[in-house]
Amino acid sequence: MADGDHDLNRGLRSPLRRKLLMGLAAAPALSLLPRNAFAAGPATSAVSTTGLAVTDTEVTCGILHSITGTMAISETGAQQAEKLAIAQINEAGGILGRKIKIIQEDGASDWPTFAEKAKKLLVNDKCAAVMGCWTSASRKAVLPVFEQYNGLLYYPTFYEGLEQSKNVFYTGQEATQQILAGLDWVHKEKGGDTFFFVGSDYIWPRTSNKIARKHVENVLKGKVVGEEYFPLGHTQFNSVINKIKLTKPKVIFTDVVGGSNVAFYKQLKASGIDLSKQVLLTISVTEDEIDGIGGDNIAGAYSCMKYFQSIENDNNKKFVADFKKMWGEKTVIGDVTQAAYLGPYLWKMACEKAGSFDVDKVVAASPDLEFKGAPEGYVRIDPNHHLWSKTRVGKAKPDGQFEIVYTSPELIKPDPFPKGYQ
Amino acid sequence: MKNPVQTLTKSVTVNDNPFMKPIEWLSLALLALVLLVVLPSLLDAFRLNLVGKYLTYAFVALGLVICWGYAGILSLGQGCFFGLGGYCMAMYLKLEASSVANTKIQSTPGIPDFMDWNQITELPWFWKPFQSLPLTLILVVAVPVLFAFAISAAMFKRRVGGTYFAIITQAIAAILTILIVGQQGYTGGINGITDLRTLHGWDIRTDSAHTILYFVNGGLLLGCILIAQFVKKSKLGRILVAMRDKEDRVRFSGYSVAGFKVFAFCLAAAFAAIGGAMFTLQVGFMSPSFVGIVPSIEMVIYAAVGGRMSLFGAVWGTLLVNWAKTSFSESFPDLWLFGLGALFIAVVLAFPNGLAGIWREHIEPRLTRRVKGLRAPPPAIVPHGAPAE
Repeated sequence: MADGDHDLNRGLRSPLRRKLLMGLAAAPALSLLPRNAFAAGPATSAVSTTGLAVTDTEVTCGILHSITGTMAISETGAQQAEKLAIAQINEAGGILGRKIKIIQEDGASDWPTFAEKAKKLLVNDKCAAVMGCWTSASRKAVLPVFEQYNGLLYYPTFYEGLEQSKNVFYTGQEATQQILAGLDWVHKEKGGDTFFFVGSDYIWPRTSNKIARKHVENVLKGKVVGEEYFPLGHTQFNSVINKIKLTKPKVIFTDVVGGSNVAFYKQLKASGIDLSKQVLLTISVTEDEIDGIGGDNIAGAYSCMKYFQSIENDNNKKFVADFKKMWGEKTVIGDVTQAAYLGPYLWKMACEKAGSFDVDKVVAASPDLEFKGAPEGYVRIDPNHHLWSKTRVGKAKPDGQFEIVYTSPELIKPDPFPKGYQ
Repeated sequence: MKNPVQTLTKSVTVNDNPFMKPIEWLSLALLALVLLVVLPSLLDAFRLNLVGKYLTYAFVALGLVICWGYAGILSLGQGCFFGLGGYCMAMYLKLEASSVANTKIQSTPGIPDFMDWNQITELPWFWKPFQSLPLTLILVVAVPVLFAFAISAAMFKRRVGGTYFAIITQAIAAILTILIVGQQGYTGGINGITDLRTLHGWDIRTDSAHTILYFVNGGLLLGCILIAQFVKKSKLGRILVAMRDKEDRVRFSGYSVAGFKVFAFCLAAAFAAIGGAMFTLQVGFMSPSFVGIVPSIEMVIYAAVGGRMSLFGAVWGTLLVNWAKTSFSESFPDLWLFGLGALFIAVVLAFPNGLAGIWREHIEPRLTRRVKGLRAPPPAIVPHGAPAE
């Protein structure tokens, strides 16, 4: 195939070209609109030099989450928060005078589909940025795509670390940010010196527990009396509950995910373990999960996150109210949902600082940006593309909310490749 | 492309049972034309790569036509062989991508990153053969075929067949998935084997590499169609059909039924494995989500939509279903699964013999009438007693 043919085809069908034409056609109509409807931004040629889908009035942003399949329940909140943030940004005049246009794709809980759709968003739609992914597996699948086509991904989930890419900003916590402060707290306040680890069997719990074990053994001088893993979706936890009863750990430390959570906490309660007496610290239960588990089954457990819906500050009050207004009174907001909400804002700030949508310039402008309007308080982007954020410990209440019992005094530095924990 | 048709037109008069009927040559030429000329010139690199990915499933569908359509063995575990082929290729590519220079930040440089995360400090023995490309290319087909042989020999020698066999293959697909997910230090777990970069130093992530791989894929697929056609036309193929329709009669005639069944199953596995390896090369990773029950059943659906008695139908069916999947999901991210479901229901209700049935009933007779001097095709073979419609 002659390369020329390809270029010609691509040129004719390029969405950018089409949009430009449509933009031109709409130009006379624009003059009829009230003048103040558009904040006049800098010329398109100045803010976009790499062929991204940026017009005089619009910039395209992709959203890539699972709308169908097993992960849909978890990813819905993230996707809703991103849409809320984008709607708010548009209402306030957009980015560099351009409204954000959303192109949404469904990853369908299937990692190769994520890769296919990521490629579509970057190659076909020329998205200036993509908000998306939830599981580590989906991120691992799209990572080579973003690196190859020099895209920009804002990834919202707390995750295992051990990764740092020029093309990704991680708006959730990496493992040390989430775990260490929580373990310190449980050691100091609850006298936790013996631990039992229970996790789902994949990379995030394995890596988190590895870090937790090193911290317990080397720093807290405690002991890990058991460490058990179960396949994703596992629902029979009686054997491990018996082991917990035998070994009598001071703290049960869990990173069981998804539907397994429901079975685990129900069986724990049924076996007579009273969470008001037995300390349980989890790093995988947010308000979203409690929705499924049932508040009564998990009341008394401690969860270690950077955000809880019950945080008392003005940013959060407004965020919670806006979120419920857009998506319904019954929705709950978990840690990842809030982290997803940060993505569009961090992108906006970086674009405005860079004065451009070009990925390289946005990436270069991002380090040390501070976002003071974050519901979790304020956050800062580290040069390693992760966020500085606080760690909080919440106690689950029967109504499905958390009572915050501890907040780290300072922002904690992200450390995706922790020395001494590998 | 007209030549073979003409030469064969002449030979029809002398040969009662040609390798391919003129109409089949025409189908092959049409398929080759679309795959190797029309699509590459119409589609941009991204869409062409997508079609390449769809075509890797067509290998599996092709195997199912022989195994299910002709031999009557319904396998709901073809994902196993697709996955094993893909994993073999992915292991080679991963080792190449994990050179000491690329993995400096790890505790143990030179091993794949997921092994390092799982505190493995030495390359496991079964990864070692995949350091060599020639050995990998052999193992890509050999591992799945040996696995298929072991399963099918054990089952068919004991005369386990029909629905029981289908259920067992499904169970094996589930077991293999659990094994891969559980042994993440050795297999990459649920993430699969990701971030594959080069094949013997050749960067497989570029657009030009994707285009070349597309043509290799298309060529291999046409080759597999010819092999399948050969099997179908030979005495072997007739025994397979006979076995499907009246197994006991074939057995009493002195044939070893089990042997033929094992052969058909292994051939389907070999096709699936080639598809899996090409998938890994074109998509750039392999994960357990291709090994399990859902993809295995989807692959049966491709064959069913295409028409399970038709080699070409299998390819068209795979293309149609996957194209529908992609375009529905791009246009209606919230509703696409319903659209896809509606497509299946429509096909099954209106065209029980799939795309091939439409072709055979409506297009082929007209074409045949047009082409002078051709005999009318014999009536379509209607399968009896085939399991699990």
